[in-house]
Amino acid sequence: MAEAVEVSDVRRSYGGYEAVRGVTFSVARGELFALLGTNGAGKTSTLEVVEGLARPGGGRVRVLGRDPWADRAAVRPRIGVMLQQGGFPADLTVTETAAMWAGTLTAPRPVAEALELVDLAHRAGVAVKQLSGGERRRLDLALAVLGRPDVLFLDEPTTGLDPESRRNTWELVRTLLDDGVTVLLTTHYLDEAEELADRLAIMHQGRIVRTGTVAEVVASQPATVSFALPPSVPREWLPELPGALVVDDGHRVEVHTDTMQATLTGLLLWARDHDVELRELSARPASLEQAFLAVASSEEKETERAEVAAR
Amino acid sequence: MSRPADVMTALLTAGAARRVRALATAEVRLLVRNRTAMFTALALPVLTVILLSGIGFGEETDLPLGAVVVTMLAGFALLYVVYYNLVSAYVARREDLVLKRLRVGELRDAEILAGTALPSVVVAVAQVVLTAVVAAPAFGMDVPPNALLAVLGVVGGVVMFVLLAAASTAFTRNVEMAQVSTLPVLLLCMGSLIFSGVVVPADSVPDRVRDVAQFIPLTPIVDLIQLGLTGQTPDGDTVGFAASWAEAAAPLAVMAAWIAIGAWALRRWFRWEPRG
Repeated sequence: MAEAVEVSDVRRSYGGYEAVRGVTFSVARGELFALLGTNGAGKTSTLEVVEGLARPGGGRVRVLGRDPWADRAAVRPRIGVMLQQGGFPADLTVTETAAMWAGTLTAPRPVAEALELVDLAHRAGVAVKQLSGGERRRLDLALAVLGRPDVLFLDEPTTGLDPESRRNTWELVRTLLDDGVTVLLTTHYLDEAEELADRLAIMHQGRIVRTGTVAEVVASQPATVSFALPPSVPREWLPELPGALVVDDGHRVEVHTDTMQATLTGLLLWARDHDVELRELSARPASLEQAFLAVASSEEKETERAEVAAR
Repeated sequence: MSRPADVMTALLTAGAARRVRALATAEVRLLVRNRTAMFTALALPVLTVILLSGIGFGEETDLPLGAVVVTMLAGFALLYVVYYNLVSAYVARREDLVLKRLRVGELRDAEILAGTALPSVVVAVAQVVLTAVVAAPAFGMDVPPNALLAVLGVVGGVVMFVLLAAASTAFTRNVEMAQVSTLPVLLLCMGSLIFSGVVVPADSVPDRVRDVAQFIPLTPIVDLIQLGLTGQTPDGDTVGFAASWAEAAAPLAVMAAWIAIGAWALRRWFRWEPRG
């Protein structure tokens, strides 16, 4: 079966600025793919091209096997889109807004059902201008799922939501995934990607710099073992440990290692043999956040280096 | 934007009608809840006509008063209710990101523009029809020699001013600015109303003014309505049904040209999102 979304070497420019510089990825049916990245990395610009809102400056996009820009009429009935900002007339109520949207769709759910799904049923008669930011986000999600889409595009779906609403949104997304819906989302929240994504891509300056499952992306990063030595034990007494040694403030010690078990074994045996108490001991595998920050900072360094070289 | 022929096809299919109706229903609600727009739509054309009649405009023409009232009302309804109101509505929807949101759904571009315009168009046309049915006989008007031309004028005028309104959003940054950005078209068109023989007698308008004024967007509409209702040409002659078609050729051509210009400008400059 063909991929639900295929993006190959897509480019997009505004004026002279190239916001998307040759992005390639694909999303299998029933999969959730997350696009991560700093502000201005090109996530939304990429998503708008996939949604068929903009024509790519270069490259090729297919959604359910069709061109979302040229075959808009065929693609739109099968996708649901949640933009980064709502775009609702302020003077309509929640129900009126959803009913208007439902009226434009080929096979909509009942409006009440969609509002129930995002937990907005109790606000049905309230004007949009009186909704909180989080409630507007949920209304946006309700409209995105109103047409029973096969592919769902969510641009920062939980920005501005309180923790409980975020959980509810995640639950809804998982339910949709169970029903076979394909989801492509962007997010600033790394825990959101860890929680939901089958695969993800980290974008930086218009390019995809890491991609794979969460485990694959994280695997490039070392684990961290940290502890504090008693004042009587100088740091120099520590044994050879595989991995780089980092000292924070002369008190806490952080060890970055690709072989966490070997490092821990060496450390703990040494502590037992020398009767040293390791306070505040912790060992953490690499996190997505770490991988994300590493990408951002390494790219910055490369840019600086390139700039220096250019001079 | 698709080509005008595609637009017509799209609007005539069942799905399109359903989508436009859904959007228009929401727009009716928004219109009713917007007091300024309601005043512009319901009261302004009638008030303007009453005001102008009150200070004696239209009395010196040879036209029956009923026809003058219908023509003036049609003119002001097109200017205020269709043109001005729609510039404001399109800009408001654009700046609130409503247009962008509508574009990610199944609605086609032409349907979005049509659905947003529909309530204002219906209000404008209803006013013209009501005036013709109720007011004209009261002021005295004979059986129109070619009512079809008058209808053609109103319908063409609606299409023209919807397109011009959409095109005018290109130089209207926000809703407040619509009050200024609509002035060129509004003032020109009011001038055309005055010099087209409705307000002052046709023979007292200098030929040169008349030559220029015939190219103003509203002029062909006014000419067609007058010709259709009274058989009177802009030069002051009176013609029957058959001859009225020949007289209508020039205004019809100007009207078609403005519709084409409006559609072209719309495709060229219309933006669906606020400027970044």
